[in-house]
Amino acid sequence: MLIELENVGYSYGGGELLSDVSVSLAPGSFHFLTGPSGAGKTTLLKLCYGALLPTAGRVQVFDRDMGALDRDDLAMLRRRVGVVHQDCRFLDHLPLSENIALPLVVSGRGQRAEDDNLKELMSWVGLSSRAEALPPELSGGERQRAALARAVIMSPDVVLADEPTGNVDWDMSQRLLHLLVELNRMGKTVLIATHDLSLIRAAKSQVQARVLRISNKGLQLAGADL
Amino acid sequence: MSNGTIRGLLLSDKQADRVVPPTGFTAQLTVFVAGAMAFMAVFALALSLASGRLADRWSQELAKAATLRINAPAEQRAAQTETALKLLRQTPGVAKARALSPEEQAALLSPWFGPDLPIDALPVPQLVEVTAGEPGYDIAGLRLRLSAEVPGAVLDDHTRWREPLVDAANGLRRLGLIAILLIGGATAAMITLAANAALAANAQVIEVLRLVGAKDGYIAGAFVRRFTLRTLIGAAVGVVFGMIGVMLLPAASDEGGFLTGLGFRGIGWGLPLLIPVLGAGVAFAATWAAARRRLKELS
Ligand SMILES: Nc1ncnc2c1ncn2[C@@H]1O[C@H](COP(=O)(O)OP(=O)(O)OP(=O)(O)O)[C@@H](O)[C@H]1O
Ligand SMILES: [Mg+2]
Repeated sequence: MLIELENVGYSYGGGELLSDVSVSLAPGSFHFLTGPSGAGKTTLLKLCYGALLPTAGRVQVFDRDMGALDRDDLAMLRRRVGVVHQDCRFLDHLPLSENIALPLVVSGRGQRAEDDNLKELMSWVGLSSRAEALPPELSGGERQRAALARAVIMSPDVVLADEPTGNVDWDMSQRLLHLLVELNRMGKTVLIATHDLSLIRAAKSQVQARVLRISNKGLQLAGADL
Repeated sequence: MSNGTIRGLLLSDKQADRVVPPTGFTAQLTVFVAGAMAFMAVFALALSLASGRLADRWSQELAKAATLRINAPAEQRAAQTETALKLLRQTPGVAKARALSPEEQAALLSPWFGPDLPIDALPVPQLVEVTAGEPGYDIAGLRLRLSAEVPGAVLDDHTRWREPLVDAANGLRRLGLIAILLIGGATAAMITLAANAALAANAQVIEVLRLVGAKDGYIAGAFVRRFTLRTLIGAAVGVVFGMIGVMLLPAASDEGGFLTGLGFRGIGWGLPLLIPVLGAGVAFAATWAAARRRLKELS
């Protein structure tokens, strides 16, 4: 299993937000994570890339216990997990193209070697003309597309996307979804957190997706009611 | 921290340096403070080297010389002097013992009594110059034997007036060294503050870098390189000005005594060149420690 949660509980200090959550993501699988606002979708994703550690249970990523990783191990692990953050944070002093290439730069792979890759990716998310723009000059949708490009530039084994289509129009959301489906066809595992049910419905015709719903602190498999 | 990490941290990495935004004002302040500290360190070093030289010279030169004074009635003086000289020559550790001639004694007194002093007519004690060898003689033992055989002899080894001078020079040297240590400590404290400010100002940047898979060493390196380089440059400029200042001091002369001896001699001129290197080392360690502390607080 690429990502495995065993009886995971999490609390920010007050009452438990998540409790007894068990789920595993097999290599090449495609998942949606849904639930009302404040249910803990972002929290669950953070547990999956080690931004948070569970207060109960165990999270394993690539068969390694997240609680047992040291800081360098965690950095190495994050290079194999592409994350689209809900708040899309960038380095505001660097142009967009360098922000998208940032994972390559910090992992020491350098930017030049993958220049073609970078250009292709930027045109894929429709940002070719914005390569030199600084992040604060971008619209919300442009930021989201850039965040997705940054998440996949390392060609990670897993892509965790938190509301990747929250700020884009329908056409663009379909393009982004298609990009994620494409990655899944290449064998990557994809988990998309969203409360946009139309996106989930649109995906069903393209990919075999499992829909997980957070309700009552737990995780349930959502059925045909979508 | 292995050698490899240190090299990795210092090796210039243009992209890593771009990733952390430049901090103009902190940078200029760091360079300025490093320069000022280095400038002061040059003077503290000059002071401490000069007083060290003085202390060594006084304690060595004067420790070898002693004076034996023979107070005896005129008719016994020659005999007692003879006995004393014989005794001194037999004493292990005495390199040389020589009775001053009447002319030499007159010359010693002439500043006070004028040149035409009838020295033979005066009850002036006979002086014997005693020079110690290496190792020296046992002063207490010598005094004991002298008192037994030459009743009128008084041995003065100059300790009385030498010691306070040597103490003062040694004290000055210690102060100079303490000042250098304090300058080093103040530099470390200042760099720590500046580095902490830079790290805090860049908390968002650091968080983004962590999220995209940057290791702590990579992030710390960007800061460590900056502060090390700034300190090196600032301290180098400060040392150059400090050395020019020391060079412009008047040359050593006997009349000027201690004050004109303030400066560097020979390879001593190489010592201030260590200041920027040590400063850079201090900056490296301080920034590294600050970054390590700070980064641990982030996930
Ligand atoms: N750092 C934090 N400290 C304390 N409480 C937090 C923190 N982060 C989130 N929470 C709380 O935990 C709950 C779940 O937050 P989370 O962001 O996981 O929800 P979500 O399902 O992603 O919501 P949305 O759909 O609005 O993004 C919320 O009630 C939120 O207020
Ligand atoms: Mg959320």
